[in-house]
Amino acid sequence: MTMTAIWTGMVAISILCGLATGRGPAVAAAAAEGASAAVELALSIAGMLCLWTGVMEVMRRSGLADGLSRLLAPVLRRLFPQAAKDRDIMDAISANVSANLLGLGSAATPLGLEAARRLAGRSPGTASDALCMLVVCNTASIQLIPATVASVRAAQGCAAPFDILPAVWLASGVSVGVGIAACKICARIWRT
Amino acid sequence: MDLFFTMLIPLILCFVALYAAGRRVDVWSALVQGAGSGLETLVRIVPALVGLLTAVYMLRASGALELLAQALAPVMDRLGLPSELLPLMLVRPVSGSAALGVGAELIASYGPDSELGRTAAVMLGSTETTFYTVAVYFGAVGITRTRYAVPAALCADLTGFVASAWAVRLLF
Repeated sequence: MTMTAIWTGMVAISILCGLATGRGPAVAAAAAEGASAAVELALSIAGMLCLWTGVMEVMRRSGLADGLSRLLAPVLRRLFPQAAKDRDIMDAISANVSANLLGLGSAATPLGLEAARRLAGRSPGTASDALCMLVVCNTASIQLIPATVASVRAAQGCAAPFDILPAVWLASGVSVGVGIAACKICARIWRT
Repeated sequence: MDLFFTMLIPLILCFVALYAAGRRVDVWSALVQGAGSGLETLVRIVPALVGLLTAVYMLRASGALELLAQALAPVMDRLGLPSELLPLMLVRPVSGSAALGVGAELIASYGPDSELGRTAAVMLGSTETTFYTVAVYFGAVGITRTRYAVPAALCADLTGFVASAWAVRLLF
């Protein structure tokens, strides 16, 4: 229901605000533009998405993902106690987290969705605590190298575009920590 | 170091292929089969993307974001967030490409090594496109009751923004 409220609210506010500020026609044009931009975006990520699900399949069959999973498993088991016994789910979550760490967003999404599908199968329609944690971990950035931002800074003539790295790590760490804490607290007080 | 980051993705591809081939995995058929399942994932996320981007474009065109920026200015001062960065913070959870556009403009007009320019860059690097991620994940697996996921994620985003401003002041 959250997305229903957000989406309906966004559309209603745009129309009210657009009419009040005399930008009605612009809002109307934007509605059509947004829909086609969505398909363009989907097409623009299609190649990378397919490539990385392919690479992950190779990694999975070669046992590489298992190795990565083992490295991350002790930490992730604490975050996902409900799924800790299911190896397939923990493998997908571990691979999702490691792809996020490397900044491979297009690789992380299919892996995260795989984990989400398995988690959702246990409680159809309602987000379980583990699924909420997975989504919150994916909405917080844990990327070690923010390459896109660094390239924007470099384009503006910055001599050391990566000098923001410590600040980014500090801010990301605090943000992810608060997200995880919020999930753990909510899981106790916000029962299904 | 820059070259290393540029080459990171092709290096990973090469490493995975060599490692898998060394362990007698049929790399090619695994790659193709995996890519096929990627296409299925894509088909599942397109409907959510169409809905979300339509609303985002309308919101941007209506001028509602600027109005909200004016209304929120007093709260931002309390948190130590520069009000110049409000449009970035409002757009960030909703659209990654729009946030990059807003951020790039801020970095260009204040300079990449100014406090504002750095804070904008750190904010972009330490947060994610929350609503997009939420829509993709819950949309793909058919979850309608999302419980506390959205408030918890927004809580992390807000913390990320405040921490970015503080981290830049602390480290530079």
